[in-house]
Amino acid sequence: MHAYTAAPPVDPAWRARIAWTLVAVVVLIPTGWLAEFNPAALWGEASLRSTRQFLATFFPPRVDLPFLALVAGATWKTVAIATVGTTLAVVIATPFALLATRVLSVSALAGGRMCALCAGIRVAIRSLLIVLRSIPEIVWALLFVRAVGLGDTAGVIAIALTYGGMLGKVYLEILESGETQATRALLANGASRSQAFLYGTLPVCLPELMSYTVYRWECAIRASVVMGFVGAGGLGQQMELSMKMLAGGEVLTMLLVFVALVSVADTVSSTLRRWLA
Amino acid sequence: MSNITRTVVAPLAFLLFLAACVATLSGDWASLFSLEALGKMGDFASGFVPPAMDAPFLARTGWAALETLAISVLGTLLAVIGGLALALPASGRWGLPAKFAARGVLNVARAIPELVWASMIVVAAGLGPFAGTLALAFHTTGVLGRLFAESLENVPPDANDALRRNGVAPAAAFCYSTLPQALPQLTSYTLYRWENNIRAATILGVVGAGGLGQMLYFHLSLFQTHEAATVLFAMIALVALVDVLSNWLRLRMA
Repeated sequence: MHAYTAAPPVDPAWRARIAWTLVAVVVLIPTGWLAEFNPAALWGEASLRSTRQFLATFFPPRVDLPFLALVAGATWKTVAIATVGTTLAVVIATPFALLATRVLSVSALAGGRMCALCAGIRVAIRSLLIVLRSIPEIVWALLFVRAVGLGDTAGVIAIALTYGGMLGKVYLEILESGETQATRALLANGASRSQAFLYGTLPVCLPELMSYTVYRWECAIRASVVMGFVGAGGLGQQMELSMKMLAGGEVLTMLLVFVALVSVADTVSSTLRRWLA
Repeated sequence: MSNITRTVVAPLAFLLFLAACVATLSGDWASLFSLEALGKMGDFASGFVPPAMDAPFLARTGWAALETLAISVLGTLLAVIGGLALALPASGRWGLPAKFAARGVLNVARAIPELVWASMIVVAAGLGPFAGTLALAFHTTGVLGRLFAESLENVPPDANDALRRNGVAPAAAFCYSTLPQALPQLTSYTLYRWENNIRAATILGVVGAGGLGQMLYFHLSLFQTHEAATVLFAMIALVALVDVLSNWLRLRMA
Protein backbone atom coordinates (compact mmCIF):
# COMPACT_ATOMS: atom_id res chain seq x y z
CA MET A 1 0.00 0.00 0.00
CA HIS A 2 1.34 3.34 -1.04
CA ALA A 3 1.44 5.81 1.80
CA TYR A 4 -0.37 9.03 1.10
CA THR A 5 1.92 12.00 1.18
CA ALA A 6 0.71 15.54 0.90
CA ALA A 7 1.95 17.31 -2.20
CA PRO A 8 4.92 19.46 -1.26
CA PRO A 9 4.00 23.16 -1.08
CA VAL A 10 5.72 23.98 -4.33
CA ASP A 11 4.30 26.15 -7.06
CA PRO A 12 3.66 23.71 -9.93
CA ALA A 13 4.41 26.38 -12.51
CA TRP A 14 7.71 27.54 -11.05
CA ARG A 15 9.82 26.55 -14.06
CA ALA A 16 7.72 28.64 -16.44
CA ARG A 17 7.70 31.55 -14.01
CA ILE A 18 11.48 31.58 -13.67
CA ALA A 19 11.94 31.20 -17.41
CA TRP A 20 9.62 34.12 -18.15
CA THR A 21 11.29 36.27 -15.52
CA LEU A 22 14.68 35.56 -17.10
CA VAL A 23 13.36 36.39 -20.56
CA ALA A 24 11.88 39.61 -19.24
CA VAL A 25 15.17 40.67 -17.64
CA VAL A 26 17.18 39.80 -20.74
CA VAL A 27 14.81 41.80 -22.97
CA LEU A 28 14.21 44.69 -20.60
CA ILE A 29 17.74 45.72 -19.75
CA PRO A 30 18.84 46.55 -23.30
CA THR A 31 15.40 47.98 -24.05
CA GLY A 32 15.52 50.31 -21.11
CA TRP A 33 19.02 51.34 -22.00
CA LEU A 34 18.06 52.07 -25.63
CA ALA A 35 15.02 54.08 -24.60
CA GLU A 36 17.19 56.03 -22.14
CA PHE A 37 14.78 54.98 -19.44
CA ASN A 38 15.66 57.14 -16.50
CA PRO A 39 12.83 58.07 -14.15
CA ALA A 40 15.34 59.86 -11.95
CA ALA A 41 15.56 62.50 -14.67
CA LEU A 42 12.01 63.50 -13.81
CA TRP A 43 12.99 64.26 -10.20
CA GLY A 44 16.01 66.35 -11.07
CA GLU A 45 16.01 69.90 -9.68
CA ALA A 46 15.77 71.62 -13.07
CA SER A 47 13.13 69.37 -14.59
CA LEU A 48 10.99 69.47 -11.46
CA ARG A 49 11.08 73.24 -11.57
CA SER A 50 10.14 73.46 -15.25
CA THR A 51 7.39 70.86 -14.79
CA ARG A 52 5.99 72.72 -11.83
CA GLN A 53 6.08 76.02 -13.69
CA PHE A 54 4.43 74.49 -16.77
CA LEU A 55 1.72 72.77 -14.73
CA ALA A 56 1.08 75.93 -12.71
CA THR A 57 0.23 77.79 -15.92
CA PHE A 58 -2.52 75.23 -16.72
CA PHE A 59 -4.90 76.73 -14.18
CA PRO A 60 -7.08 78.54 -14.82
CA PRO A 61 -7.81 77.61 -18.45
CA ARG A 62 -7.93 80.65 -20.70
CA VAL A 63 -11.55 81.44 -21.55
CA ASP A 64 -11.64 85.08 -22.68
CA LEU A 65 -13.82 85.68 -25.74
CA PRO A 66 -11.18 86.52 -28.36
CA PHE A 67 -9.26 83.37 -27.48
CA LEU A 68 -12.41 81.22 -27.53
CA ALA A 69 -13.25 82.63 -30.96
CA LEU A 70 -9.77 81.70 -32.15
CA VAL A 71 -10.17 78.18 -30.78
CA ALA A 72 -13.61 77.84 -32.36
CA GLY A 73 -12.19 78.87 -35.73
CA ALA A 74 -9.33 76.39 -35.39
CA THR A 75 -11.75 73.64 -34.38
CA TRP A 76 -13.99 74.24 -37.37
CA LYS A 77 -10.90 74.21 -39.58
CA THR A 78 -9.94 70.83 -38.13
CA VAL A 79 -13.40 69.49 -39.00
CA ALA A 80 -13.11 70.97 -42.49
CA ILE A 81 -9.67 69.40 -43.06
CA ALA A 82 -10.98 66.01 -41.94
CA THR A 83 -14.14 66.24 -44.05
CA VAL A 84 -12.50 67.43 -47.27
CA GLY A 85 -9.61 64.99 -46.75
CA THR A 86 -11.96 62.05 -46.27
CA THR A 87 -14.03 63.07 -49.31
CA LEU A 88 -10.88 63.16 -51.44
CA ALA A 89 -9.87 59.81 -49.97
CA VAL A 90 -13.17 58.36 -51.18
CA VAL A 91 -12.48 59.84 -54.63
CA ILE A 92 -9.04 58.17 -54.63
CA ALA A 93 -10.19 54.86 -53.20
CA THR A 94 -13.28 54.22 -55.31
CA PRO A 95 -11.69 53.81 -58.75
CA PHE A 96 -8.83 51.77 -57.30
CA ALA A 97 -11.21 49.46 -55.48
CA LEU A 98 -13.34 49.04 -58.61
CA LEU A 99 -10.30 48.31 -60.77
CA ALA A 100 -8.76 45.88 -58.33
CA THR A 101 -11.75 43.87 -57.17
CA ARG A 102 -11.92 40.29 -58.34
CA VAL A 103 -15.69 40.24 -58.22
CA LEU A 104 -16.03 42.18 -61.45
CA SER A 105 -13.42 40.19 -63.35
CA VAL A 106 -14.91 38.92 -66.61
CA SER A 107 -11.98 36.66 -67.40
CA ALA A 108 -12.17 35.04 -63.97
CA LEU A 109 -15.83 34.35 -64.61
CA ALA A 110 -15.30 32.79 -68.02
CA GLY A 111 -12.28 30.58 -67.56
CA GLY A 112 -12.05 30.48 -63.80
CA ARG A 113 -8.71 32.30 -64.05
CA MET A 114 -7.84 35.90 -64.60
CA CYS A 115 -5.80 36.94 -67.58
CA ALA A 116 -2.19 37.66 -66.65
CA LEU A 117 -2.37 41.36 -67.48
CA CYS A 118 -5.56 41.93 -65.46
CA ALA A 119 -4.11 40.04 -62.52
CA GLY A 120 -0.94 42.13 -62.83
CA ILE A 121 -2.90 45.39 -62.75
CA ARG A 122 -4.81 44.21 -59.70
CA VAL A 123 -1.58 43.36 -57.85
CA ALA A 124 -0.07 46.72 -58.82
CA ILE A 125 -3.07 48.63 -57.45
CA ARG A 126 -3.06 46.64 -54.23
CA SER A 127 0.64 47.41 -53.73
CA LEU A 128 0.05 51.10 -54.37
CA LEU A 129 -2.68 51.10 -51.73
CA ILE A 130 -0.29 49.43 -49.28
CA VAL A 131 2.34 52.12 -49.86
CA LEU A 132 -0.23 54.90 -49.42
CA ARG A 133 -1.46 53.62 -46.09
CA SER A 134 1.80 52.36 -44.63
CA ILE A 135 3.17 55.91 -44.42
CA PRO A 136 1.46 57.51 -41.42
CA GLU A 137 -0.63 60.60 -42.14
CA ILE A 138 1.60 62.78 -40.02
CA VAL A 139 4.60 61.84 -42.17
CA TRP A 140 2.66 62.68 -45.34
CA ALA A 141 1.77 65.98 -43.66
CA LEU A 142 5.42 66.60 -42.80
CA LEU A 143 6.37 66.00 -46.44
CA PHE A 144 3.60 68.15 -47.89
CA VAL A 145 4.18 71.00 -45.47
CA ARG A 146 7.55 71.21 -47.17
CA ALA A 147 6.16 70.79 -50.69
CA VAL A 148 3.12 73.11 -50.53
CA GLY A 149 3.84 75.22 -47.45
CA LEU A 150 2.37 75.46 -43.96
CA GLY A 151 -1.38 75.34 -43.67
CA ASP A 152 -4.42 73.18 -44.12
CA THR A 153 -3.69 72.09 -47.71
CA ALA A 154 -0.92 69.82 -46.44
CA GLY A 155 -3.32 68.31 -43.90
CA VAL A 156 -6.01 67.69 -46.50
CA ILE A 157 -3.58 65.97 -48.87
CA ALA A 158 -2.09 63.88 -46.07
CA ILE A 159 -5.50 62.58 -45.00
CA ALA A 160 -6.57 62.03 -48.60
CA LEU A 161 -3.50 59.87 -49.34
CA THR A 162 -3.35 57.76 -46.16
CA TYR A 163 -7.10 57.29 -45.91
CA GLY A 164 -7.32 56.73 -49.66
CA GLY A 165 -5.04 53.73 -49.14
CA MET A 166 -7.01 52.48 -46.13
CA LEU A 167 -10.45 53.01 -47.68
CA GLY A 168 -9.29 51.40 -50.94
CA LYS A 169 -8.21 48.27 -49.12
CA VAL A 170 -11.35 48.04 -47.02
CA TYR A 171 -13.65 48.81 -49.98
CA LEU A 172 -11.96 45.93 -51.80
CA GLU A 173 -12.55 43.61 -48.88
CA ILE A 174 -16.18 44.66 -48.56
CA LEU A 175 -16.82 44.24 -52.28
CA GLU A 176 -15.25 40.80 -52.25
CA SER A 177 -16.79 39.53 -49.04
CA GLY A 178 -20.38 40.47 -49.80
CA GLU A 179 -22.88 38.29 -51.64
CA THR A 180 -21.41 37.96 -55.12
CA GLN A 181 -23.98 35.65 -56.72
CA ALA A 182 -26.12 38.48 -58.06
CA THR A 183 -23.13 40.17 -59.68
CA ARG A 184 -21.89 36.93 -61.19
CA ALA A 185 -25.33 36.06 -62.51
CA LEU A 186 -25.64 39.47 -64.15
CA LEU A 187 -22.16 39.23 -65.70
CA ALA A 188 -22.78 35.69 -66.91
CA ASN A 189 -26.02 36.77 -68.57
CA GLY A 190 -24.38 39.52 -70.54
CA ALA A 191 -24.74 42.60 -68.37
CA SER A 192 -21.92 45.10 -68.74
CA ARG A 193 -19.58 45.45 -65.80
CA SER A 194 -20.94 48.84 -64.81
CA GLN A 195 -24.46 47.41 -64.87
CA ALA A 196 -23.38 44.40 -62.85
CA PHE A 197 -21.72 46.68 -60.33
CA LEU A 198 -24.58 49.18 -60.03
CA TYR A 199 -27.36 46.61 -59.83
CA GLY A 200 -25.59 43.60 -58.34
CA THR A 201 -22.70 44.63 -56.10
CA LEU A 202 -23.44 48.16 -54.95
CA PRO A 203 -26.92 47.60 -53.43
CA VAL A 204 -25.54 44.76 -51.32
CA CYS A 205 -22.42 46.56 -50.14
CA LEU A 206 -23.47 50.21 -49.89
CA PRO A 207 -24.49 50.32 -46.19
CA GLU A 208 -21.21 48.78 -45.11
CA LEU A 209 -19.15 51.00 -47.43
CA MET A 210 -20.83 54.16 -46.14
CA SER A 211 -20.60 53.15 -42.53
CA TYR A 212 -16.88 52.40 -42.77
CA THR A 213 -16.34 55.74 -44.49
CA VAL A 214 -18.12 57.57 -41.67
CA TYR A 215 -15.99 55.71 -39.15
CA ARG A 216 -12.85 56.84 -41.00
CA TRP A 217 -14.10 60.42 -40.99
CA GLU A 218 -14.22 60.19 -37.21
CA CYS A 219 -10.62 58.94 -37.18
CA ALA A 220 -9.64 61.74 -39.58
CA ILE A 221 -10.83 64.34 -37.08
CA ARG A 222 -8.52 62.92 -34.45
CA ALA A 223 -5.70 62.66 -36.98
CA SER A 224 -6.09 66.20 -38.23
CA VAL A 225 -5.65 67.56 -34.71
CA VAL A 226 -2.43 65.63 -34.37
CA MET A 227 -1.20 66.69 -37.82
CA GLY A 228 -1.52 70.31 -36.77
CA PHE A 229 1.58 69.72 -34.66
CA VAL A 230 3.73 69.61 -37.79
CA GLY A 231 2.08 72.73 -39.18
CA ALA A 232 -0.83 71.30 -41.10
CA GLY A 233 -3.42 73.73 -39.73
CA GLY A 234 -6.34 73.52 -37.34
CA LEU A 235 -6.55 72.96 -33.61
CA GLY A 236 -3.26 71.05 -33.42
CA GLN A 237 -1.28 73.93 -34.84
CA GLN A 238 -2.73 76.30 -32.24
CA MET A 239 -1.99 73.77 -29.50
CA GLU A 240 1.59 73.44 -30.65
CA LEU A 241 2.05 77.21 -30.63
CA SER A 242 0.67 77.47 -27.10
CA MET A 243 2.88 74.63 -25.93
CA LYS A 244 5.95 76.28 -27.42
CA MET A 245 5.08 79.40 -25.43
CA LEU A 246 4.44 77.23 -22.36
CA ALA A 247 0.97 78.83 -22.10
CA GLY A 248 -0.64 76.01 -20.12
CA GLY A 249 -3.99 77.78 -19.72
CA GLU A 250 -4.40 77.88 -23.49
CA VAL A 251 -3.30 74.26 -23.81
CA LEU A 252 -5.86 73.16 -21.20
CA THR A 253 -8.70 75.00 -22.96
CA MET A 254 -7.76 73.42 -26.27
CA LEU A 255 -7.40 69.97 -24.74
CA LEU A 256 -10.91 70.27 -23.33
CA VAL A 257 -12.23 71.46 -26.70
CA PHE A 258 -10.40 68.57 -28.38
CA VAL A 259 -11.93 66.00 -26.05
CA ALA A 260 -15.37 67.52 -26.62
CA LEU A 261 -14.83 67.55 -30.39
CA VAL A 262 -13.79 63.90 -30.43
CA SER A 263 -16.78 62.83 -28.38
CA VAL A 264 -19.15 64.84 -30.60
CA ALA A 265 -17.62 63.25 -33.70
CA ASP A 266 -17.97 59.88 -31.99
CA THR A 267 -21.67 60.45 -31.34
CA VAL A 268 -22.37 61.81 -34.82
CA SER A 269 -20.54 58.91 -36.42
CA SER A 270 -22.29 56.22 -34.40
CA THR A 271 -25.71 57.84 -35.02
CA LEU A 272 -25.02 58.06 -38.74
CA ARG A 273 -23.81 54.48 -38.85
CA ARG A 274 -26.86 53.19 -37.04
CA TRP A 275 -29.01 55.12 -39.50
CA LEU A 276 -27.08 53.75 -42.49
CA ALA A 277 -27.17 50.14 -41.37
CA MET B 1 -36.37 56.81 -42.36
CA SER B 2 -38.48 57.87 -45.30
CA ASN B 3 -37.24 57.43 -48.80
CA ILE B 4 -37.07 61.11 -49.62
CA THR B 5 -34.82 61.81 -46.61
CA ARG B 6 -32.53 59.04 -47.71
CA THR B 7 -32.27 59.98 -51.37
CA VAL B 8 -32.63 63.77 -51.36
CA VAL B 9 -32.30 65.48 -47.99
CA ALA B 10 -29.31 63.55 -46.64
CA PRO B 11 -27.13 63.91 -49.77
CA LEU B 12 -28.05 67.61 -50.03
CA ALA B 13 -27.19 68.17 -46.39
CA PHE B 14 -23.87 66.43 -46.90
CA LEU B 15 -23.08 68.54 -49.99
CA LEU B 16 -23.88 71.75 -48.09
CA PHE B 17 -21.63 70.65 -45.22
CA LEU B 18 -18.86 69.78 -47.66
CA ALA B 19 -19.20 73.14 -49.44
CA ALA B 20 -18.95 74.95 -46.10
CA CYS B 21 -15.82 72.95 -45.30
CA VAL B 22 -14.19 73.69 -48.65
CA ALA B 23 -15.03 77.38 -48.25
CA THR B 24 -13.16 77.57 -44.91
CA LEU B 25 -9.96 76.06 -46.19
CA SER B 26 -7.44 78.61 -47.30
CA GLY B 27 -5.90 76.31 -49.89
CA ASP B 28 -5.78 77.68 -53.40
CA TRP B 29 -6.58 74.43 -55.13
CA ALA B 30 -6.41 75.76 -58.68
CA SER B 31 -2.83 76.91 -58.20
CA LEU B 32 -2.00 73.67 -56.37
CA PHE B 33 -2.74 71.68 -59.50
CA SER B 34 -1.15 74.20 -61.86
CA LEU B 35 1.72 72.98 -63.98
CA GLU B 36 4.19 75.12 -62.07
CA ALA B 37 3.15 73.74 -58.68
CA LEU B 38 3.13 70.18 -59.97
CA GLY B 39 6.62 70.72 -61.40
CA LYS B 40 7.83 72.01 -58.03
CA MET B 41 6.34 69.01 -56.29
CA GLY B 42 8.01 66.77 -58.85
CA ASP B 43 11.36 68.39 -58.07
CA PHE B 44 10.74 67.89 -54.37
CA ALA B 45 9.82 64.24 -54.90
CA SER B 46 12.77 63.52 -57.19
CA GLY B 47 15.05 64.93 -54.48
CA PHE B 48 14.35 61.76 -52.49
CA VAL B 49 16.00 59.53 -55.10
CA PRO B 50 18.38 57.88 -54.48
CA PRO B 51 18.09 57.28 -50.73
CA ALA B 52 21.29 57.78 -48.76
CA MET B 53 22.98 54.39 -48.55
CA ASP B 54 26.41 55.01 -47.02
CA ALA B 55 27.28 52.60 -44.22
CA PRO B 56 27.57 55.07 -41.31
CA PHE B 57 24.18 56.57 -42.13
CA LEU B 58 22.57 53.14 -42.47
CA ALA B 59 24.03 52.22 -39.09
CA ARG B 60 22.57 55.37 -37.59
CA THR B 61 19.17 54.61 -39.11
CA GLY B 62 19.33 51.06 -37.80
CA TRP B 63 20.15 52.40 -34.36
CA ALA B 64 17.19 54.79 -34.50
CA ALA B 65 14.97 51.90 -35.59
CA LEU B 66 16.12 49.92 -32.55
CA GLU B 67 15.43 52.95 -30.39
CA THR B 68 11.91 53.15 -31.84
CA LEU B 69 11.42 49.47 -31.12
CA ALA B 70 12.65 49.93 -27.56
CA ILE B 71 10.30 52.90 -27.05
CA SER B 72 7.35 50.85 -28.23
CA VAL B 73 8.21 47.78 -26.13
CA LEU B 74 8.87 49.68 -22.96
CA GLY B 75 5.94 52.04 -23.44
CA THR B 76 3.58 49.11 -23.95
CA LEU B 77 4.99 47.25 -20.96
CA LEU B 78 4.63 50.23 -18.64
CA ALA B 79 1.09 50.61 -19.96
CA VAL B 80 0.34 46.98 -19.13
CA ILE B 81 1.42 47.60 -15.56
CA GLY B 82 -0.45 50.90 -15.30
CA GLY B 83 -3.46 49.53 -17.15
CA LEU B 84 -3.73 46.49 -14.90
CA ALA B 85 -3.32 48.61 -11.78
CA LEU B 86 -6.17 50.87 -12.89
CA ALA B 87 -8.26 48.05 -14.34
CA LEU B 88 -8.61 46.49 -10.88
CA PRO B 89 -10.56 49.43 -9.45
CA ALA B 90 -12.16 50.15 -12.84
CA SER B 91 -13.65 46.66 -12.98
CA GLY B 92 -15.52 47.45 -9.76
CA ARG B 93 -13.39 45.43 -7.35
CA TRP B 94 -13.05 48.15 -4.73
CA GLY B 95 -16.48 49.67 -4.84
CA LEU B 96 -18.30 52.22 -6.96
CA PRO B 97 -16.41 55.43 -6.07
CA ALA B 98 -13.08 53.79 -6.92
CA LYS B 99 -14.61 52.44 -10.13
CA PHE B 100 -15.74 55.85 -11.35
CA ALA B 101 -12.51 57.54 -10.32
CA ALA B 102 -10.42 54.93 -12.16
CA ARG B 103 -12.61 55.13 -15.26
CA GLY B 104 -12.27 58.90 -15.26
CA VAL B 105 -8.48 58.70 -15.14
CA LEU B 106 -8.47 56.08 -17.92
CA ASN B 107 -10.77 58.19 -20.11
CA VAL B 108 -8.56 61.26 -19.81
CA ALA B 109 -5.40 59.26 -20.48
CA ARG B 110 -6.98 57.71 -23.56
CA ALA B 111 -8.56 60.88 -24.91
CA ILE B 112 -5.21 62.66 -25.25
CA PRO B 113 -3.29 61.37 -28.30
CA GLU B 114 0.27 60.05 -27.88
CA LEU B 115 1.72 62.97 -29.75
CA VAL B 116 0.05 65.53 -27.50
CA TRP B 117 1.24 63.62 -24.43
CA ALA B 118 4.73 63.60 -25.90
CA SER B 119 4.78 67.33 -26.55
CA MET B 120 3.82 67.97 -22.93
CA ILE B 121 6.16 65.38 -21.42
CA VAL B 122 9.10 66.75 -23.37
CA VAL B 123 8.87 69.76 -21.04
CA ALA B 124 9.36 67.55 -17.97
CA ALA B 125 11.58 64.74 -19.23
CA GLY B 126 13.58 66.65 -21.82
CA LEU B 127 14.05 65.76 -25.49
CA GLY B 128 14.74 62.11 -26.28
CA PRO B 129 13.32 58.62 -26.30
CA PHE B 130 12.43 58.62 -22.60
CA ALA B 131 9.75 61.26 -23.25
CA GLY B 132 8.40 59.14 -26.10
CA THR B 133 8.27 56.07 -23.87
CA LEU B 134 6.31 57.90 -21.21
CA ALA B 135 3.94 59.41 -23.77
CA LEU B 136 3.14 55.99 -25.20
CA ALA B 137 2.79 54.59 -21.70
CA PHE B 138 0.26 57.24 -20.64
CA HIS B 139 -1.98 56.98 -23.70
CA THR B 140 -1.79 53.19 -23.84
CA THR B 141 -2.55 52.91 -20.12
CA GLY B 142 -5.86 54.58 -20.91
CA VAL B 143 -6.60 52.23 -23.80
CA LEU B 144 -5.45 49.00 -22.17
CA GLY B 145 -6.88 49.88 -18.76
CA ARG B 146 -10.35 50.11 -20.18
CA LEU B 147 -10.00 46.91 -22.24
CA PHE B 148 -8.48 45.07 -19.27
CA ALA B 149 -11.27 46.24 -16.98
CA GLU B 150 -13.86 44.92 -19.39
CA SER B 151 -12.07 41.56 -19.68
CA LEU B 152 -11.82 41.24 -15.90
CA GLU B 153 -15.50 42.06 -15.54
CA ASN B 154 -16.37 39.36 -18.05
CA VAL B 155 -14.49 36.59 -16.23
CA PRO B 156 -16.99 34.26 -14.49
CA PRO B 157 -16.54 34.89 -10.75
CA ASP B 158 -17.07 31.25 -9.62
CA ALA B 159 -13.42 30.22 -9.30
CA ASN B 160 -12.53 33.42 -7.47
CA ASP B 161 -15.52 32.99 -5.12
CA ALA B 162 -14.59 29.37 -4.41
CA LEU B 163 -11.05 30.32 -3.45
CA ARG B 164 -12.20 33.24 -1.31
CA ARG B 165 -14.76 31.09 0.53
CA ASN B 166 -12.01 28.62 1.38
CA GLY B 167 -9.98 31.32 3.02
CA VAL B 168 -7.59 32.42 0.30
CA ALA B 169 -6.48 36.04 0.49
CA PRO B 170 -7.99 38.37 -2.15
CA ALA B 171 -4.69 39.02 -3.94
CA ALA B 172 -3.85 35.31 -4.17
CA ALA B 173 -7.38 34.48 -5.28
CA PHE B 174 -7.06 37.05 -8.05
CA CYS B 175 -3.66 35.73 -9.16
CA TYR B 176 -4.78 32.09 -9.24
CA SER B 177 -8.32 32.39 -10.58
CA THR B 178 -9.34 35.61 -12.32
CA LEU B 179 -5.98 36.52 -13.83
CA PRO B 180 -5.26 33.17 -15.53
CA GLN B 181 -8.78 33.13 -16.96
CA ALA B 182 -8.46 36.60 -18.42
CA LEU B 183 -4.81 36.26 -19.42
CA PRO B 184 -5.23 35.10 -23.06
CA GLN B 185 -7.45 38.07 -23.80
CA LEU B 186 -5.18 40.50 -21.97
CA THR B 187 -2.21 39.19 -23.94
CA SER B 188 -3.94 39.56 -27.26
CA TYR B 189 -5.03 43.13 -26.44
CA THR B 190 -1.46 43.90 -25.47
CA LEU B 191 -0.05 42.52 -28.71
CA TYR B 192 -2.58 44.46 -30.73
CA ARG B 193 -1.66 47.65 -28.89
CA TRP B 194 2.04 46.97 -29.36
CA GLU B 195 1.49 46.86 -33.12
CA ASN B 196 -0.25 50.22 -32.85
CA ASN B 197 2.49 51.60 -30.65
CA ILE B 198 5.25 50.74 -33.10
CA ARG B 199 3.47 52.97 -35.59
CA ALA B 200 3.04 55.65 -32.97
CA ALA B 201 6.66 55.37 -31.81
CA THR B 202 7.94 55.96 -35.33
CA ILE B 203 6.22 59.33 -35.47
CA LEU B 204 6.52 60.57 -31.86
CA GLY B 205 9.96 61.85 -32.74
CA VAL B 206 8.57 64.77 -34.72
CA VAL B 207 7.97 66.56 -31.41
CA GLY B 208 11.43 65.57 -30.21
CA ALA B 209 10.67 62.27 -28.52
CA GLY B 210 13.40 60.17 -30.14
CA GLY B 211 13.58 57.32 -32.62
CA LEU B 212 13.09 57.32 -36.38
CA GLY B 213 10.61 60.21 -36.26
CA GLN B 214 13.14 62.56 -34.75
CA MET B 215 15.64 61.61 -37.45
CA LEU B 216 13.07 62.14 -40.20
CA TYR B 217 12.11 65.52 -38.79
CA PHE B 218 15.73 66.55 -38.43
CA HIS B 219 16.71 65.64 -42.00
CA LEU B 220 13.56 67.05 -43.55
CA SER B 221 14.11 70.31 -41.70
CA LEU B 222 17.55 70.57 -43.27
CA PHE B 223 16.13 69.53 -46.66
CA GLN B 224 18.42 66.48 -46.66
CA THR B 225 15.90 64.52 -48.66
CA HIS B 226 18.14 61.55 -49.54
CA GLU B 227 18.64 60.83 -45.84
CA ALA B 228 14.92 61.38 -45.21
CA ALA B 229 14.10 58.79 -47.88
CA THR B 230 16.24 56.18 -46.12
CA VAL B 231 14.51 56.89 -42.82
CA LEU B 232 11.10 56.60 -44.52
CA PHE B 233 12.05 53.18 -45.88
CA ALA B 234 13.21 52.12 -42.43
CA MET B 235 9.86 53.20 -40.98
CA ILE B 236 7.88 51.20 -43.51
CA ALA B 237 10.11 48.16 -43.07
CA LEU B 238 9.85 48.30 -39.29
CA VAL B 239 6.07 48.49 -39.34
CA ALA B 240 5.83 45.65 -41.88
CA LEU B 241 8.20 43.51 -39.79
CA VAL B 242 6.18 43.98 -36.64
CA ASP B 243 2.95 43.21 -38.50
CA VAL B 244 4.37 39.90 -39.68
CA LEU B 245 5.80 39.09 -36.26
CA SER B 246 2.63 39.80 -34.33
CA ASN B 247 0.50 37.94 -36.88
CA TRP B 248 2.72 34.94 -36.38
CA LEU B 249 2.57 35.25 -32.59
CA ARG B 250 -1.21 35.55 -32.70
CA LEU B 251 -1.56 32.46 -34.89
CA ARG B 252 0.71 30.48 -32.58
CA MET B 253 -1.12 31.53 -29.46
CA ALA B 254 -4.62 31.03 -30.84
